[in-house]
Amino acid sequence: MSEILKAGEKAPDFTLPCRAVEAAGDEEPTFLLKNMRGKNVVLAFYPADWSAVCGDQLALYNELLPMFEKQNAELFGISVDSEFSHEAFRKDRGYKMMLLSDFEPKGEVSKKYGVYRDEDGFSERALFVIDKDGVIRYSYVSPIDVNPGADQILKTLKEIQGEEGEKENGK
Amino acid sequence: MANNENPTLTVPVGAEDHIEGAENSEVTLVEYGDYECPYCGDAYKIVKKIQKEMGDKLRFVFRNFPLKQSHPNAEHAAEAAEIAAADGKFWEMHDILYENQNALDDENLKTYAEEIGLDAEKFGADLESGKFEEKVQKDFMSGVESGVNGTPSFFINGVRFNGSFDYKSLLDALENA
Repeated sequence: MSEILKAGEKAPDFTLPCRAVEAAGDEEPTFLLKNMRGKNVVLAFYPADWSAVCGDQLALYNELLPMFEKQNAELFGISVDSEFSHEAFRKDRGYKMMLLSDFEPKGEVSKKYGVYRDEDGFSERALFVIDKDGVIRYSYVSPIDVNPGADQILKTLKEIQGEEGEKENGK
Repeated sequence: MANNENPTLTVPVGAEDHIEGAENSEVTLVEYGDYECPYCGDAYKIVKKIQKEMGDKLRFVFRNFPLKQSHPNAEHAAEAAEIAAADGKFWEMHDILYENQNALDDENLKTYAEEIGLDAEKFGADLESGKFEEKVQKDFMSGVESGVNGTPSFFINGVRFNGSFDYKSLLDALENA
């Protein structure tokens, strides 16, 4: 596996499907990272829908969405599952965040970010915090069976927002 | 940046906590839990067994971590235990909630309050007004900042325990702490 992208590096742009097509013939709804400029973005790569640990991890993030919002941030989950799996998973668990499908070509975005497990065919459990200018401010790969929690995400977001406050105060 | 595999409690065990066991125990186990979470229900039984086994060697602390989006009754259940705590009956309520995890709506909570001898009217009013909402939220935030990653999350002597919380693993970790 290639190295995980690090803080200070530019976050590679990507486009991924974010919702299942509702009716045949409709255009597939997509998410463009580029369109998020001006807002902080948290990307949570995870191995698979439906497995126990990621269930808990996303349940925690689902709970914290208002806190991310307060830090001008939006969180997105990413795995190699199809958008149909994501849709069913979200509905079943009541998750409100968007889940992106790194499905075709499989794992392409995970590879760009250096968090694809070739030997397993799915993504690492990895976190990225990207600031409003598209620069990675925090990256982390967790042991695959350990849910990394949210403490470092919130800490990084607060740091970013703190800098913003200083800029606005003319410092 | 420091990794986050072994985060530590940002709020040390103190006067605001619900503590079971001796003050000068050898080991402190802190649990962040949700009364409606089935895994916490399993953990409840395991911790009881470990407390019995370890006796005075162990001090156990419970903090609230209700996952409201997943568990609609978890928040009020947590507040119910805090209301009971104001009358010195936290652990009675904590135990009754875990023993009745599938019946935690407001009516059930009121029944449990009466069972443990709380003033039913005052209990209902405190639940209604969200008297302890802030305390529950404070626990929750302290958990998030300490690296709580789901429920239950355990901290042994202040450090997050990443192992499995089956009886043997948890007991081993506590005895070797």
